[in-house]
Order: sequence, then structure tokens, then C-alpha cells
Amino acid sequence: MIKFEDVTVTYTDAPLPSLRNVNLEIQEGELALLVGRTGSGKSTLLRSINGLVPHFTGGLLEGRVTVAGRDTRTNPPRELADVVGMVPQDPMSGFVTDTVEEELAYGMEALGIHPQTMRRRVEDTLDLLGLAEIRDRPLLSLSGGQRQRTAIGSVLTTNPSVLVLDEPTSALDPGAAEEVLAAIQRLVFDLGLTVLMAEHRLERVVQYADRVVAIETDGSVVHGEPAAVLASAPVAPPVIEFGRRLGLSPLPLSVRDARRETATLRRDFHPAHVVTGGIDGTIANAPTELVADIDHVSVTYGNFVAVNDIALHLRRGEIVALMGRNGSGKSTLLNTMVGLRKASLGRVQIGATLANPYGMEGGELLKHVGLVPQEAGDMLYAQTVTGECEAADRDANAEPGTARALLDQFAPGINGETHPRDLSEGQRLSLVLAVVLAAKPPVVLLDEPTRGLDYPGKRNFTRVLQELARDGHCIMLATHDVELVAATASRVVIIADGEVVADGPTKDVVASSPMFAPQISKVMRPFPFLTVDAAVEALGGGKP
Amino acid sequence: MSKTLPRYLHPGAWWLWAIGLAVAASRTTNPLILGLILAVAALVVAARKPDAPWSRSFSVFLKLGLFVIAIRLVFQVVLGSPIGDHVLVTLPVVPLPAWMASLRLGGEITWESIIFAACDGLRLAVLLACVGAANSLASPSRLLKSMPPALYEVGVAVVVAMTFAPQLVTDLGRVREARRLRGRSNKGLRGAVGAALPVLEGALDRAVTLAAAMDSRGYGRTGQLPARVRHLTVALVLGGLLGVCIGLYGVLSANAAVVTGAPLLLLGVIAACVGLWLGGRRSIRTRYRSDPWARPEWLVSASGIAASVGVMIAGIVNPVSLTISVVPLEWPALPPVALLGILLAALPAVVAPPLPMPAAIRRRTGGLTGVPQTAVGAPS
Repeated sequence: MIKFEDVTVTYTDAPLPSLRNVNLEIQEGELALLVGRTGSGKSTLLRSINGLVPHFTGGLLEGRVTVAGRDTRTNPPRELADVVGMVPQDPMSGFVTDTVEEELAYGMEALGIHPQTMRRRVEDTLDLLGLAEIRDRPLLSLSGGQRQRTAIGSVLTTNPSVLVLDEPTSALDPGAAEEVLAAIQRLVFDLGLTVLMAEHRLERVVQYADRVVAIETDGSVVHGEPAAVLASAPVAPPVIEFGRRLGLSPLPLSVRDARRETATLRRDFHPAHVVTGGIDGTIANAPTELVADIDHVSVTYGNFVAVNDIALHLRRGEIVALMGRNGSGKSTLLNTMVGLRKASLGRVQIGATLANPYGMEGGELLKHVGLVPQEAGDMLYAQTVTGECEAADRDANAEPGTARALLDQFAPGINGETHPRDLSEGQRLSLVLAVVLAAKPPVVLLDEPTRGLDYPGKRNFTRVLQELARDGHCIMLATHDVELVAATASRVVIIADGEVVADGPTKDVVASSPMFAPQISKVMRPFPFLTVDAAVEALGGGKP
Repeated sequence: MSKTLPRYLHPGAWWLWAIGLAVAASRTTNPLILGLILAVAALVVAARKPDAPWSRSFSVFLKLGLFVIAIRLVFQVVLGSPIGDHVLVTLPVVPLPAWMASLRLGGEITWESIIFAACDGLRLAVLLACVGAANSLASPSRLLKSMPPALYEVGVAVVVAMTFAPQLVTDLGRVREARRLRGRSNKGLRGAVGAALPVLEGALDRAVTLAAAMDSRGYGRTGQLPARVRHLTVALVLGGLLGVCIGLYGVLSANAAVVTGAPLLLLGVIAACVGLWLGGRRSIRTRYRSDPWARPEWLVSASGIAASVGVMIAGIVNPVSLTISVVPLEWPALPPVALLGILLAALPAVVAPPLPMPAAIRRRTGGLTGVPQTAVGAPS
């Protein structure tokens, strides 16, 4: 269905090709998963399927890409619109109209499909993706999962045989991600659509995939059965790493596989081992210094109560994960803690001196609390990394070189002359963290820090957070990434509808929740394990 | 007459109706006629206004109208020359230098001048109310959807701009917050420039993404048209629009004769329509659920035109009946033709189809009948 014949893509002004000698054939009805580090050319590969590369982006494409027998060399993207449905990473940025139903019809209108056919297909698609109830809602009012499903629906109505998705779940909470993945599965299994999808969080999708296509950092491509490709991949989702370390064969791809294959191991496992060690989660030390006191805070926008009577105490050395659905009030709470929002009721006291952040002068605020916002790039203004670090030292009245030293600690070896926009996702996050930490705030807040991070990036980020906590910082991060929480956080706060619904040590809170439990905890249930290391050690330290 | 089922009326019909009323209002300063037009517009809005964010604009336009009247009165009091001799109050005269002799500040304020200014302001206010009525009755996005295919690109540009503007505001807020987190000030010129650059960068990025998305969804698949036809299209559309402008001026301005204005307007409209039709042939696009143009649409637009025709006939029969007479100060008369025409324009309150119920509410109340699904007072 999709065929790459010795394809090499080189962008204008780029020293090296983004894709190198790619030979790949995806059969009809396959669900193929595209994996690779950030910046490795995943988007380039996806966009060359419908001819956006090179017709839209420029650059040089050697070799040949054919989709359903059509050569992308002679067919620009608009002529392939009836064969390839392309869903961009941020669905909102690709919407042309303003309501769900019109968005679904837009592509068909452009193709000149007969009005009666259009009407029937829109109705079918509304049912297929569960959008019937929101058919006349404005797109701006939709939740993340609904937007993503609308975006999928809007390309499905032209009846394409290939669906291409660029990280469809990266911005979604676990519940909404399930919703979208269920819809994609249905398209593959019931309609026989060919799907190629890029995804960072393999743990969510790998069990559905027929094939994994891995892009190496030099732009070459390896592909094959998921188990075969992942058996040798440097980093893999927890379940696969767990399977590899225990030497399970075949390699488990899902929680279900892993449970079935470890049934005997777990039956022979004595909970007595738990007491002596192996169970992770920080042991409660003597309480450290209080650095944030959120005293029954409520925040309202007009009639909408975004944060409702939240009381939290945060101490030095803690890594607190703030979890909850999209729109449950996580960002509002973080913004209130740095004084960007005013608490309607209650008060926030933060920093070593427990001061109120609202209305505090910019330079003063930095010494009490730092926030890395969701769009971390918003914090960067300079033309070079060096310029950014120097500006951060000035803003914070810190010793010259403070920010650069921090950056080298988080991500060594970044060239100072690089433009911040050209950094990889992980490097940019490190730079923003360094900039924020130059003023040495005792409290650091992070809003969805791992959105674009791949596994190595996440592993490094985890190490950085743990070092910061050891140095006596208090860290609070809002995130949807359950595996990251399992690996880093000492405490988890779950909020829903602006209220705290759970607050406690990580293993107590997430292990019991079907939505927020990490894979290992699902595999090891009822024993409270969170990480691969601990579980493998407890089950016999590797090979029997 | 067959029953009209609930649906949204074609937005073009609402605009034709409102333009008809506005033309009627523009030709008169008679407060009785103006008041009647306002009442008719308000009645129809109250009866057929959908529940959507854009449909709250009528009251905004009414307030704007009051403001216009107030401004007109202030100018009359401060700068106007007195008409008639019923003095209301005498303000001190501000002496002005000789070269400004034609101006006068203060002095006698007469009832006549106040009433004249109020009626003049009222005319503008009623015009605004007509626009407001159309705005709150017809959805702007549906109006854009029913644009002729030749103007499709313009329509898309407007839609994209409408979604981009709120995004820019959100971005600006986000960037300003990020600057504060860096300990920077948002005040002054440096702050403004510092915040504007990232916002513009973001807008450019988004524009490129949107262009890519539209390209991959088949935007711009067009058929080819010979150059001669293209030139003819442009000539017809531009010439037609020019005719429309001159014709409109003739119809709207009280000085020019209706007789010269109307034919030119008609000719211009025809030329423009032919041009748009010719230009539209190159597009292969089809339209999803286009709004039908059926009997209610004809009735609604005809009723609006009836109002303007009624007022124009009244003007031809007796030009004085359309203006307020201040010297001598007289209670205005209501010409029967104008009355009939404007009352006809109230018909849409009945003949326009009732509003459909939004899907979300339909589900919540358990069907169109609105009967709750749980039985009340069931025997136990």
C-alpha cells in the first residue's frame, strides 16, 4: 500500500540527509508504528507519504514513494487527498472550519463529492468515532480527545485507504488517549484501513501494532515484527524491559501477555521479601523544611470554579506528581502557586520565607519559585544558548556562568552558538530548567514537561529531577505520564474537578488506580511494585 | 400553505430583509416611521433569534445607536445654529476670533434644533439596529458558507482570520506570563516588543501548519479556465460592483431620484451575478448541507423589500411626509403606504421557520417532546 524505494531526503541547507536509503513496504490493512528519537526524521517520513515532503517543505527527495500505486513525485498533496488521510500533531492547528460537522465535510467539499454522498459519509463517520453528540459543537470548546477524534474523522470522510497520524496521543491524558486509540483500532480491524502512526509512548500502542518501523539517528530505517525490533532496541516500554530482563520468550508486548507469562513466578513469590527490600518508594524521613503552604485555595474564572479548596504542604526534597484529566485544574493550581492567578479564597505561601507570590516583582519571584510552562519555548528569547544563559544570570542576579554550569550538569556538551529553536526537545527542556534554576528557587514547578521527550530523554530528565530533589529542591510536576511518575515521584496528588481526590505516597495512590497505574504495577498486582528494577529483583533477579 | 418545519433560515434572506428595512430607514427622519421600523426589527429578533454567542449583538447595536444619538445632540448643543424660536435654554456664548466667524459656540438652544438633531440621530441609530438585527439572526459562518464559489477563497481567508484572532490573544497572554516567570517586565515599549516577537513567530508557524493541513486535504484542486473567460469574469464582477455602488447611492440618498438609482442598481447586480457564476465554474467544489432557498426565504426577503418600497412610494407621493417638520413644529403624520410596507416587514416573525433545538439539549431532555424520561408520581 505504501512503498518507499531507496528514499533519501535532504532538506535545503542541511548537512546530512534526514532519511537515508529507506526501503519499506507497508501492506494493506497493517497497523505500523513508527518509533525513533525526537528529531530523527519521523515527521519527514510521515509527510513524504502524501507528498508534503518535498512538494510543500522543499528539499531533495531521491528514490520513489508510491501510495496505492500513485507516485508522490507527480502527485502533489492535494491530489493524494482521497488516498492518504494525514492527521497533524496538533489537531487544532489543522482545523479550517468552526464546528465538528463542517470540519468533517470540509475535505469532501474540496474533492467535489456529491452532496448526498457527503451527508451519508458524515453521518457514518460521526457514529464510527462517537462524535454524534458533539456534532454541532464549536471546535474550540472540545476536549483534547474529542479534538483528536474530530481530526481523524475529518480525514476519514474522503475515504482514504491510508491513515497517517503524527503522535496522536502525546497531549492527551490516559483516559482520552485510550479513547483515541480505541477509535484507531476500530478503523484497522473493522474497516481494514492501513495506518502508520508515530508515537513516543510505546507502552500505549505497541500491543496493537503489526509492525514497528524504527528510525535510527542517522536516518536509516529498521523494521519488522514488534517483538523482534524491540528485543534489541536500546530503550523500550517497561513491560518489554521487564520481559527482557526476566528472559521471557516470546517477549511480552502487553500487560496481559506479561501476566500470563509470569503467572508461575508470581505464584511462587513470597510477600515476605517485600519487608526486607525491593519495594520502591521513598522511605519517609524526618519531615524537612516546609517550602510551600497552599492553604485552602480556590480559584474561579467567572462562574467556573477551576480550583476548589485545595490544601497542600510541600517540603524540601519531595518530588510531587500532580495528575488528573485535562482541564481538571492542574495548570491553574501551578499558575496560582507562581502568582500568575489570584487565589479567590485562601492563600498561597511559597519559598524559603513563605511569601505570597501574587503581585511579587519579577526578579523577586524567581528567588521563591520557578515554573517551567507547558510551552517551554515561550521562556526563551535569545538568539544563542550562550546568550540565553547570560540573560538568565542577569535576570536572577546570579554569578556569571551559573546557568551554563547547570545546563552542563543536565545536558552536557551543547554548543553555545546553537539557536534555542534548533535544540532537541530534551535539550530545550534542560535549557529552560537551567534558566529557571539560575535564581536558585527552592520550589520548581513543571507543567507537562515530558510531552515531546523520547525514552532516553525521559531517563535523563528523571535523573535530573532526582539530583535536584537530593539538593533540597521541592519539585512538583503536572503530568499524564504514569511511567514517569512511577520512576520519579515520591508522592502523587490526583485532582479532579478542581478538588484533591487522592494525596499520598506514589505506590499507594497509583497502584490502586486503573487509569494511573504504571504497567509494572498492573503486571505485579496485587504486590505494590512500580519499577522494572524492583520487580525484577523481587522475582529472582533475572534469569532463574 | 404547507407547514414550515423548524430549521435555520438562509442567512442571505435575513440580510436582504435587514437591508430592506435599512433602506427604508435611511430615507426618512420621520420619528414615527423610524420608531415603527425599530419595533418591527426588535419583534422579529425576539421571535427568531437563535441561542448562540453571535446572536447577542442586537442589544450591543442598540446601545451603540443610543450613543450615536447622544453624540449628535451634543454636537447640536455645542456647535449647531438655532432653528425656530422656542428657546429651551440659553448658554453663554464663547467669543471666537474673527477668522472662525462661521462657527458659534454656545448661545440659544431651541426645542426645534434639539428635536431635529434627535430625529437625525435616530435615523442612524435605526440603521445600526437593522445591521444588528441581521447580525443576530444570521450566523456569520453560515453566511460565509453560502458565498458564491468564485468568492470561496475570500470566504476561507475570512474564516481562518476569525479563528486566528482569538488564538493570537491566547498566545499573547501565554508569552506575557512566560516573561514574568523569567523575571522580566511586560510594561513599556521593550516589554511590548519582547512579547510581540514570539507571538508573531508562533502565528507564522501556525499559518504554515494550517497551509500544509489544507493542502493535504485537497484544498485548491481546481479545474482550468481559458484566459478570455477569466478576463470577462473580472470585468463583469468589477463593473457590476461599480454599478451596484452608484445605484445604491442613488437609492439611498434622498437627493438623487429613485428613478435613476434603481435601474443602475439592478443592472449592476445582474452583471456581478453573471461574473460570479462564470468564475464559479472553474471550481469543482461541492457544498455540504447548503442552506435551501425556499418559500420562507422568498417571503422574508420580499417583506424587507416591501418596507423600502412602501417608504419610497410615500416619498414620491408626498416628499414632506418623510421628514420631520420643525418650523413650524408639528406632530408628524404617518403615511399609510409606508405603514403598510413596514408592517409587512414584521411578517418574518411568523413566516420564518421556527428554530431547531440543538442536538445536545435534545438528548438531555429525552427527545423532541421534551418529556423527562423518569416518570413523576408513579404509583407505588
